[in-house]
Amino acid sequence: MLQIENLSVRLGRRPILQDVSLTTRAGEVLAVCGANGAGKSTLLKAVLQEHPAQGTIRLNGRDLASCRPHTLAALRAVVPQDTEIAFGFTLGEIVAMGRQAGSAAHETEIDALALAAVGLQGREGEDVRTLSGGERQRGHLARALAQVWHPVGPEGPCWLMLDEPVSSLDLGQQLKVMQLARGFADAGGGVIAVMHDLNLSAMFADRLAFLVDGHLAALGPPDSVLQEPLLSRAYDCHVALNRLPATGPWLLPQTCTLRGD
Amino acid sequence: MTALSSSRATAPGQASSAPERGTDTHPSLGERAKGISRLPLSLARPARHLSLNLALTALVVAASVLSLTMGAAGLGLGDLLHAATGAGLSPRDEVVLYDIRLPRLAMGLIVGAALAVSGVLLQGLFRNPLADPGIVGVSAGAGFGAVVALVLGGLLPLGLAQALGSWLVPLAAGLGGWATTLLLYRVATTGQRTDIAIMLLAGIALSALTGAATGVLTYLADDRQLRDLTFWSMGSLAGATWTKLAAALPLMGAALILAPRLARGLNALALGEAQANHLGIDVQHLKRLAILSAAAATGAAVAASGGIGFIGLVVPHLLRQAQGPDHRRLIPHAALLGAGLLVLADLVSRTIVAPAELPIGILTALFGAPVFLWMLMNGKLRGR
Ligand SMILES: Nc1ncnc2c1ncn2[C@@H]1O[C@H](COP(=O)(O)OP(=O)(O)O)[C@@H](O)[C@H]1O
Ligand SMILES: [Mg+2]
Repeated sequence: MLQIENLSVRLGRRPILQDVSLTTRAGEVLAVCGANGAGKSTLLKAVLQEHPAQGTIRLNGRDLASCRPHTLAALRAVVPQDTEIAFGFTLGEIVAMGRQAGSAAHETEIDALALAAVGLQGREGEDVRTLSGGERQRGHLARALAQVWHPVGPEGPCWLMLDEPVSSLDLGQQLKVMQLARGFADAGGGVIAVMHDLNLSAMFADRLAFLVDGHLAALGPPDSVLQEPLLSRAYDCHVALNRLPATGPWLLPQTCTLRGD
Repeated sequence: MTALSSSRATAPGQASSAPERGTDTHPSLGERAKGISRLPLSLARPARHLSLNLALTALVVAASVLSLTMGAAGLGLGDLLHAATGAGLSPRDEVVLYDIRLPRLAMGLIVGAALAVSGVLLQGLFRNPLADPGIVGVSAGAGFGAVVALVLGGLLPLGLAQALGSWLVPLAAGLGGWATTLLLYRVATTGQRTDIAIMLLAGIALSALTGAATGVLTYLADDRQLRDLTFWSMGSLAGATWTKLAAALPLMGAALILAPRLARGLNALALGEAQANHLGIDVQHLKRLAILSAAAATGAAVAASGGIGFIGLVVPHLLRQAQGPDHRRLIPHAALLGAGLLVLADLVSRTIVAPAELPIGILTALFGAPVFLWMLMNGKLRGR
C-alpha cells in the first residue's frame, strides 16, 4: 500500500503541489493525469524523494523518510520521464543493473525475459544511446521490470512508478506497455503511471488521480473522473465523451477555447 | 516461445501480457537492419574478458622483467634468474637490483595503477570520459599540497611533524587533491549532470590558481627545499626508494582496495544521481568515497613521482573501447594496464636518451595529449 498524506512541494518560491492525499493498494493501476505543468512529475518525484516535500509517505506501511536506498530499491522500480546515460552501456547491462538492485538479483535469466517483455529480445548487445527514442524508453522499462520482476517480493508487494511510460511509443507499443503494467498489478504489484492519454488511462487504470494546478482535483474510477466540466477546465478545450461497452469512457477533443475568451 | 513459458513460471502477471512472437510487428525494418550491423556482444564479451585479463597480466609481467633487466648497469635476465633462485649476485649488482631497480619498478607499478584508477573514479563521478586528474586540476591541487608540506612542513609542531614523518608530503598532497576535487564537483555538477565545458574550464582555473600559489611558495623556499622541489616537479620515478614507496603506499593501497567496491555504484551513477538512488545506491556516500579515493590515489602518486599526466585519461579510454564501460571490470583492468604502461614508459624514458633520462611526464603527454584531442574531435565531449 502506498499512502500519501498531505503532501506539499515548493520549488523555489512557488508551491507546485498542495496538500495532496491519496492511497493506492497493490493490485491497482493508478494513473496520474492532468495538464502540462499540473504537477504530475513533481508528485512522482516527491514520492521518490527527489524533491523535498512536506507530508508523509508510507510504502508498504514504512515511512519512506526512514528507509535506506537499497531497501527501497527492492520494493519499487522507476522509469523517469527523461533518461540520460553516460558511457557506452549496452541494453543488457542496464537491464542487469535493474535486476541486481532488486530482490531477484541473482536470477540472471530475468534479463532476457524482461527484454522480451518489452519486445527488445536479442538487442541486449546494443549501445543504449543508439536506440530510437521509443526503444530506449522500453529499454528503461525492461530495466525497471527486471528490478521488480516478482510483483510480490519478500518484503510485500512491489511497485512500478512510471512517468509517461508511453509518451514516445507507437500505437501498438503503447498497448503492450499498458498491458505489462496491467499484468504487473494483476499479479499483485502496484503501478503508478503518469499518463497524458486519457483513453489509455481509462482502458487500463483502476483509478485516475487528476491534478489541476498542483491540487488533487479528482480521484476515482475513470467513469467518475472523466467528466466534461473537469476536463474543459483542466485542458481549456471541449471534449466529446463517449462510452465503449468493452473499455469504458472514450473521449475526443473537440474545440479549443483560448484562455481569456 | 521458451522464454515466454519460463517467464510464466516466474512472473505470471507479466507473462500473460508479454508480447506474442507471432503477432510481434516491431521493431521496424530499419531498426532491425541497424541491429544486424552490430556485434552480439553478449556472447563476445565473456571470452573477451578472459583474454583481456590474460593479456594485461602478461603485459605487467613482461614490463616488469624488462624494467629489471634493462638499463645502464649490465644486469641481465640471467642475473635475475640467479637472484630468484637464491644464487648470489655481485655486491654491485645487488645494489642495482634491490636498491635501484626494484623500488623503481614497484613505484612505477603502483603509481601507474593509482593514476589509472583515479582517472576511472573521476570519470565515473563526473560521468564523462575526459575527467583526468591532470586535466581537471586535481593533480595540480595535489602538487600544491605537496609543495606546502615540503616548504612549510618545518613550521609544524615538532611532535606532529615527527609523527607524520615521511607520510607528511603524500598526506598533504592527498588533502590538496581532495580539496580541488570537491571544489571542482561543486562548480561543474548540478544535481543531475556535469557541464563538461565548465568542468574543463574549472580545471584550467584550478590549475592556474594552485600553480600560482605553488610559485609563490617556491620564493619562500630555501636552497635545500628548492632542490627538493625542482627534482620532484620534474615528474620522474628516478628518485624511487623503499622509504618513499613506504610513504606513498598506504594512501594508494587504500584507494586501490576501496575502488572496486564503488564499481556497482559508479555503473548506476551513469544513469544520473536520481536513478542511481532508485537503484539502491547511497549516492552521497558513493560520491564522498569516490572523491576521497581518487584524491588519495592522485595525491600519493603526485607526491611520489610529480606530474605524470594522461595515464588516467588514456588507460580507461582504451579499456572502454576493448571491454565496455562496466566499472566492475574497468577498475581492475585499469589498475593492470596503468601499471604496465607506466613501467614501460619509465623504461623508455631512462633508456631512449641514455645515459641521460627523459622526464616520464613528457613521454606520457606525448602519447596522451593526441588521444585527448582525438576524443574531443570524436564527440567524446558529450559523454560518449
Ligand atoms: N526543479 C524545479 N524548480 C522550479 N520549478 C519546477 C521544478 N520542477 C518543476 N517545476 C515547475 O513545477 C510545475 C509542475 O511541473 P511537473 O510536475 O514537471 O509537471 P507535469 O505535470 O507536466 O509533469 C511546472 O510549472 C514546472 O515549471
Ligand atoms: Mg512531467
